[in-house]
Amino acid sequence: MIPPTRWLPMPILSVLLLVVWLLLQHSVALGQWLLGGVLAIAIPLVCRPFWERQPTIKRPWRLFLYVLRVLGDIVTANLQVSKLILDPRGRMRPAFVEYPLTLKENFPITILASTITMTPGTVSAHLRLDGRTLLIHALDVSDINELIDEIHQRYERPLMEIFES
Amino acid sequence: MLESLLEGVIAFMLIAGGAFAFIGSLGLTHLKDFYMRLHGPSKTTTLGVGCTLIGSMIYFSLHDGPVVQEFLITIFVFITAPVSAHMLAKSALHHKLKPDASTRGNPEELESEKPKHTVEESPQGNSPLP
Repeated sequence: MIPPTRWLPMPILSVLLLVVWLLLQHSVALGQWLLGGVLAIAIPLVCRPFWERQPTIKRPWRLFLYVLRVLGDIVTANLQVSKLILDPRGRMRPAFVEYPLTLKENFPITILASTITMTPGTVSAHLRLDGRTLLIHALDVSDINELIDEIHQRYERPLMEIFES
Repeated sequence: MLESLLEGVIAFMLIAGGAFAFIGSLGLTHLKDFYMRLHGPSKTTTLGVGCTLIGSMIYFSLHDGPVVQEFLITIFVFITAPVSAHMLAKSALHHKLKPDASTRGNPEELESEKPKHTVEESPQGNSPLP
């Protein structure tokens, strides 16, 4: 990873800003590179005080695999939820599930909560103030412990490996 | 040949996107309680928008060279949809909306707490309530 310096406090954000700028302008002319570069340096410097400490990505390759897995799960999630909505008998077993978090940093927790919302039949509803449990509402769940176990194995463990390990 | 094949893919993407968006909206009207209704828009519409954008990306790439702005829209939708669903769920919990009777689990956020004191026994009668 690129180490942060005085002029580039958040290297990843800077790269992201430059890429987004070029995509938005839909051009790779020199002027756009320059303007994007200025923005990519200026914006992190201005908004640095109210950013949290950036987490370090220990294993970028794992992150890529994680994104692919989540994209696949989004498709299955949609098919499942569509089936549940269209099922005329409407047999649903909704439940509130308290999920015990093992992640500690805020950013990975945010990613986990978003992933839970995007994937099969679950919406993360509330992060308790102590930051130790996440309240999840599930649309159709037969075994609560199984659901907790699945989230832990499928999403939380990879996130721990990527960010904390 | 290739063009008609791609047009078939575009048509499929548009129809799939429309179907998913429709099912999501159907869920919004048909499901029983607020928390269940939240599932519809947070998931199916994401894929609905995603499919439509893929279709649009292929279509415009065919006509005027590669177009990638749709990627940005997709990314922004995927970032914001879970956040808005989370905020909606949070405010529902805050208002202690009753979940459907078949819902299992009883989070402490939903337990109705007794009011600290009623208007009659409030000290000195300078209660903010009329």
